[in-house]
Amino acid sequence: MSLAELICPAGTPAALRTAVDAGADAVYCGFQDATNARNFPGLNFTPEELAAAVAYAHARGTKVLLALNTYPPAGKVDLWRQAADIGARLGVDAFIVADMGVADYIARTHPQVRLHLSVQAAASSPEAIRYYCENFGVKRVVLPRILTIPEIRQIRTEIPCEIETFIFGNHGLMVEGRCSLTNYLTGQSTNMDGVCSPASDVEYRREADGSMSSQLAGFTIDCFGPEEKAGYPTICKGRYRTDHREDAYYAFEEPISLNLSRLLPELIDAGVHAFKIEGRQRSKSYVRGVVSAFRKAVDDIRAGRQADIADLVALTEGQKQTQGAFETKKWR
Amino acid sequence: MISVTEQASRTRLPGEGAVARLACAVVQPLLSRVVRRIAASHPSVFARLGAHQSTDFLIDPVELPFALHLRPDPRALVLRAVPRDRMPEAGAVIRGKFLLLLELIDSEEDGDAAFFSRDLEVSGDTEAVVRLRNALDDMDGSIAEETAAMFGRPGRAILARLRKSYAEART
Repeated sequence: MSLAELICPAGTPAALRTAVDAGADAVYCGFQDATNARNFPGLNFTPEELAAAVAYAHARGTKVLLALNTYPPAGKVDLWRQAADIGARLGVDAFIVADMGVADYIARTHPQVRLHLSVQAAASSPEAIRYYCENFGVKRVVLPRILTIPEIRQIRTEIPCEIETFIFGNHGLMVEGRCSLTNYLTGQSTNMDGVCSPASDVEYRREADGSMSSQLAGFTIDCFGPEEKAGYPTICKGRYRTDHREDAYYAFEEPISLNLSRLLPELIDAGVHAFKIEGRQRSKSYVRGVVSAFRKAVDDIRAGRQADIADLVALTEGQKQTQGAFETKKWR
Repeated sequence: MISVTEQASRTRLPGEGAVARLACAVVQPLLSRVVRRIAASHPSVFARLGAHQSTDFLIDPVELPFALHLRPDPRALVLRAVPRDRMPEAGAVIRGKFLLLLELIDSEEDGDAAFFSRDLEVSGDTEAVVRLRNALDDMDGSIAEETAAMFGRPGRAILARLRKSYAEART
């Protein structure tokens, strides 16, 4: 039976406390290094901060999941192993991993701690998911955001572990864990350094007419008109000129956020065990608003009431939202 | 480094000449008290800034007659009001309406959402801005309320009125 756990983001200790107080069933977070996929400046936890965070969360019945969801460069696994050792010592409730070597180390060294398979592993077929379950004892898979609800329902019948799906935040349609766009322009790897569009390479330019361009490593990736809503400065959400189009267009994705608030009952019915809110890089204000809204919605559904979902569009990227592939693969 | 004066002149913001300099002189003692108090009560904020403790930030509330120059170096903390025709060269600029900036500092608003809506404008060193945002977001409590409390009941009443007008303007 689906428990519809609410898995919430925390980029700082204050955000973690905010998520716990807002009703998170579990909070996920990472260390201040390349071991997680939100290795952003000024974000994340020191081991001392994580110890205090675990104590705060556990005292209130909330779990803490540690994201170790990047890929170590070949032969340089010590940072990931040390992070796992620290996390186990501090009593985290699960590790979220993508790399098989990291999964294998944890399965052998800390078998008492649950393993969750990160979306960064891009495991979207029963065969792939079963491989991780059988070889590393993975207890839960975070599914890529490319599947319809009927597909999720079918996968649920063919795998021996729990399913977690994103319900709000980044739309994330790239083959996750495989994207090399940032690496191509900046030399830093999203998947190994944990940083997509590193802030040190991002520049915004305001033009005299009020328009704004965003640049990554000197390349212009979008230009927003004076009144136009903006998005993150990532290559996948840039607009580009090509020979076969008259105007610049979104060649990969659009700046838009996933919001599955209206699909929660169907997801629960399909057997989804946990709902993930994206956004460790976002503020306490975002965490408070989004977690509170989904806490109320999930509680309403569990109690057999019609869920009354707060309007969250102001917090979405580009101030636009979609149900993406969960509703239909023809969403665009 | 970016020329902030050049940017401001393009957007025709208020805050030049004798009136602006007088406003700066009036508000400066308050700023000095506020920044000393915040630094003393939230020392952990500096760790998240890393090397950007020595970055010069220009925080520009567009409707006020001055901007704020912040250098968050715990050994030589700077927060001063500057007229727009005398703004220093800054490593990073953060620009928006005063109450939005206040709500962002207190994490009552989300910085990314304000950026998406174009209510918030940043330029210069983006990493410095991200670090400052994350450092402030990890602070417990409310800087606005701590500042208001320094002035007793009148201070709290003014803050409440400002927040009410901000909330009304958003609806």
